[in-house]
Amino acid sequence: MFQPTIIVVGNGMVGYKFCEKLIARSSHFNIIVFGEEPRIAYDRVHLSEYFNGKSASDLSLSTYSWYADNGIKLHLNDPVQEINRTEKTIHSLKGVTLKYDYLVLATGSSAFVPDIPGVEKDGVFVYRTIDDLDLIKTYAANAKVGAVMGGGLLGLEAAKALIDLGIQETHVIEFAPRLMPRQIDSAGSGMLLSKLKSLGLNIHLNKNTAAFVGEHKIEALRFNDDTSLAIDMMVISAGIRPRDELAKLAGLHTGTRGGIIVNEKMQTSDESIFAIGECALYEGMIYGLVAPGYEMADIVASYLSGNEKGFYGYDMSTKLKLIGVDVASFGDAFITEPDCRTIVFEDTHKGVYKRINISNDGKYLLGGILIGDADAYNILLQTVNNKIVLPPNPEDLILGSRGGEASEGAGVMNLPDDALICSCEAVSKSSICSAVNEGACTIDEIKKCTKAGTGCGGCVPLVKDLIAGTMKANGQYVKNVICEHFDYSRQELFDLVKINKVKNYDLVLDHFGKGDGCEVCKPAVASILSSLWNDVIVKQDTIQDSNDRYLANIQKGGTYSVVPRIPGGEITPDKLIVIGQVAKKYGLYTKITGGQRIDLFGAHVNDLPLIWEELIEAGFESGHAYGKALRTVKSCVGSTWCRFGLHDSVSFAIEIEDRYKGIRSPHKLKGGVSGCVRECAEAQSKDFGIIATEKGWNLYICGNGGSKPQHAQLLANDIDNATCIRYIDRFLMFYIKTADPLTRTATWLNKMEGGMSYLKNVIINDSLGIAEKLDEEMQQLVDTYHCEWKEVVENPDLRKRFAHFVNAPAEKDPSVKFETMREQVKAKW
Amino acid sequence: METVADIEWVLACYTDDVPENGGACVKHGDEQIALYNFSRRGEWYATQNLCPHKQQMVLSRGMIGSTGDDCTPKVACPFHKKAFSLLSGECLDGDDYQIKTYPVKVTDGKVYIGIV
Repeated sequence: MFQPTIIVVGNGMVGYKFCEKLIARSSHFNIIVFGEEPRIAYDRVHLSEYFNGKSASDLSLSTYSWYADNGIKLHLNDPVQEINRTEKTIHSLKGVTLKYDYLVLATGSSAFVPDIPGVEKDGVFVYRTIDDLDLIKTYAANAKVGAVMGGGLLGLEAAKALIDLGIQETHVIEFAPRLMPRQIDSAGSGMLLSKLKSLGLNIHLNKNTAAFVGEHKIEALRFNDDTSLAIDMMVISAGIRPRDELAKLAGLHTGTRGGIIVNEKMQTSDESIFAIGECALYEGMIYGLVAPGYEMADIVASYLSGNEKGFYGYDMSTKLKLIGVDVASFGDAFITEPDCRTIVFEDTHKGVYKRINISNDGKYLLGGILIGDADAYNILLQTVNNKIVLPPNPEDLILGSRGGEASEGAGVMNLPDDALICSCEAVSKSSICSAVNEGACTIDEIKKCTKAGTGCGGCVPLVKDLIAGTMKANGQYVKNVICEHFDYSRQELFDLVKINKVKNYDLVLDHFGKGDGCEVCKPAVASILSSLWNDVIVKQDTIQDSNDRYLANIQKGGTYSVVPRIPGGEITPDKLIVIGQVAKKYGLYTKITGGQRIDLFGAHVNDLPLIWEELIEAGFESGHAYGKALRTVKSCVGSTWCRFGLHDSVSFAIEIEDRYKGIRSPHKLKGGVSGCVRECAEAQSKDFGIIATEKGWNLYICGNGGSKPQHAQLLANDIDNATCIRYIDRFLMFYIKTADPLTRTATWLNKMEGGMSYLKNVIINDSLGIAEKLDEEMQQLVDTYHCEWKEVVENPDLRKRFAHFVNAPAEKDPSVKFETMREQVKAKW
Repeated sequence: METVADIEWVLACYTDDVPENGGACVKHGDEQIALYNFSRRGEWYATQNLCPHKQQMVLSRGMIGSTGDDCTPKVACPFHKKAFSLLSGECLDGDDYQIKTYPVKVTDGKVYIGIV
C-alpha cells in the first residue's frame, strides 16, 4: 500500500504533538522528523522549572523508544537547510536528502534580539532552549547583578529564572510604559509592578537601552536618557521572531514582520507544505501559546487523515504565576466602555487587581484581568467561552458572595457538557466526567486516560473540581434513587414518564422499575403523574397515600378531617353557616387552622362523600389539605380595610390561591400575601411570600415554618402582579420537576448547587432556556384544574370506595369512639 | 401448621369489590380483616386490620408492595408506614410486632377468607 511520507521540520512541542495526533488517527503514514536541537521534544512552557530542580529528562515530552515504537524516523541535531519544492525534497545540514509527500513546518520561534551595539558580548543571553538555560546557569554562578530586557510574559519568566539561580540583584528593563502590555491593562500592570517590587525585583519602565557596555563581557547597560546600570549578565527576552527563514528561502509567502502565511487548514502558499505553531502566521497573527499550536497540529493531522477542520483564531487567555504573583487575562481583556460595562476591584494592600468586562445588557462576561489572585480564572474563562448567563450580581464573580445569599451558581458542575476544560488537549467536561464515571478518580488517572491537564497544566484545578463534583454527584445519585424499585431520582423519573407519556403506575413500574412497588415509590409516582397529566387522582387510588386516597386527612382513631378551600381566608357568613350546619349534622369537631381556614375533624370514611356533597352544593371546593399540593395562601386584610395597607393583599392572595389550587408537587406548598411591610400574613415563612411595596410587590421564595424554620429569600422586588405570577409559575414548576420526593422548597434550595443566585438566574434570567416551557407547563396545569371531591361525589363507582367494610358498606367502623371535650367531640382510643 | 380441614372458608366479597393492588376491610363478626387484591401478582392476601403499632384499624387502607430480592409481599400502615409481610405477618422494619395472616381463595369471582 502507498504510504505517503510526511516530513516534520522541527521537534518542539507542536511538532511532537503533530506526530502524536497523526499516529492516533492513522498508521498509514511514513513519518520523518528533523530537529535542530540535540534532544527529543521537551516542555518549553515549564522551562523555568529547569532551575527549580527539574532535569532535562523530566521536561521531556516523550522517550526515544516512543519514536521507534511508532515507526518515526528521528534526525536530531540536524536542521533542514533547504526545501526543493519542485522535486519535493528536503536537504539537511548533515547532508540527508529525502523526498516528501507532505511537509510540515514546525520551526517555532527564536528570541528577538534587538540591534543594539555590544549585543555580541559575553554574558548576554537569550532564553529559549535548554541549551540557553545551561549557558545562563554556568555564567550565573559568577554573577551578582543580572538584568532582563523585556517586561513581557517571557521577560518576567526569565527574571524569575535569574532569581532562582541566586542572582542577588535582578533588574527588568522595559521599553514600554508598563509590564506585560499584551496581556494586562495599565492599572493591572501597576498592581503587578508594585507587587514585584515588593518581592525584590527592580523594574525600570520607559527605558530604552542604547548600548551594552564592557570590554569583552558585559559590564553595564547605557540608556538613551544617559543613565546607566552596572550589571554582570543580561538576558534578552524582548519578544519572539517566527523561524521562517527556511520557508522564505523556499519562496513560500511570509508576512512582512515574519511568519509563514497559512490558510485555515494551515496550508502555506504551497499546498503540500503546512506550517504550525509559532512560525505560522494566520490572518496577520502569530499565536505564541502552546494551546493554539496544538490545535493547529490537530488540524493538519485531521486534514491528512481525511477529516477536514479549520483554524479560526484561538482564545489567547492565559494564566500564570510570575515570581509568585498570579497573573491572568482572559477573553476580551481590553474592551472598554461604551462597548461594555467594566467592574474593577483593587486592593493595593494585598496587591490584588481584578477587572471583568460584561456585556451592556449585563448578561454575559466578555473578558477580564486578574492580578494577585487568579483563583477564579478557570471558571471565569469557562463563563466567557460557554456564554453562561451571569448572575444578577456579576461582581460576586470576582468579589465572592457577600451578605446572606449562597455563593454564586457558576460552579464547575454547572458548565455545559461540551465545555472545553483542557484547551491544550481539547478535552471537554463530558470526557472528564465519563472517565470519572468509569473509575478514574485521581488527577493522574484522568491525565492518563484523557490527557487533560498534560499540556500547560492550567486546567488541573478545574479537572480536580470536576472529579470531586462528579464523584459527589455519583454519591448523591445513589442516595437519590427513589426506592429499591426504581434506580432513578425523582427528577429523572419525572422526565422519563413525561417523555414516554406514561400515564399509570403499573406501566411506569414495568418500564422503568422492578418488583411490585411500595409505599415510597407509589405516592412519588402518583405525584409525578399528577404533576404531569393532572388526571383525577382517585382513578389510581391505591397508589396514593391514605390521605390522597380518601381525599381527607386520616386522624387518630381512623377518622378523617375535612378542609374546604377558603381562598385567602376570605369567607361569607352564609358559607360559615353551611360549615357549621355540616359539622353539626355529622358530629364533627371544628377548629380554625393556621392557614386561615376551618378544619372539620372526626368524619367516618362512609360520611365523606355525603359531607362533600353538601359542601359542594354550598359552593365549596376541595382544600387539598390531604395532598402534597397547594394548601393556602394566607393574607392580611390589606388596603381594603387596613389603614396601613399599600395594596389589596386579599384579592391577590385569592387570585394566586385559585391559580395554583390542586396542583400536585413533591411536598405541600404554602403561600402568603401581606399588604405592607408589617407582614401580618407571615409571608416570609411560606414557600412563596409576597409583600406589598410602594411600587409593587416583593416576592420571597423557599421559606418554611415547621421543624426547621427558614425565612424565605427575596427573588425580585417591586414587581407588578403579572410578573409576580410569572415568577411563581416558573419557580413552582421548576421545583415540581426537579425536587426529590417529600422535599419542601426550603430544603430543595438548600441542596441546590449555586443556591439562590442560581435559582434567580433560572427564573428571572432564564439561564437554562426553559422559562417558556415552565410557563406553558404551569398554564396547562392551571387549565386542567378540577375539584377532586366534585368528581367523586358525582361518580357512583368512586363513591363506593368510601366504605369501611367492603361486605357491609353502610356500617361504620365500630372501633371509632368519641368523648366530649369543651362542648365538642374528641377521638377516644 | 394448619390443615385444610381446620379452616372455615368465609365468603368475604366479590373480586371486583376490592381495588386492584389495594385493600379493603372485611367484617367477620366482631373481627376486622384486611383483604388485599395483589392483582399485579395475581395474588390475594388477608391480615388483621389492626395495626399493632398504634392500635389503629387501618391496615386495609395501607399501600401494598414488595421488598427485597425475593419480592416479599408487604403492606405499609398509612399511619406511620410500619410495614408487615403479607406472608408471615412479621414487621419488616425490625420492630417486634406480629400481625395475624389468613389464607385466601378465589372461586368464581368470589373471595373467601380462611378462618382457623
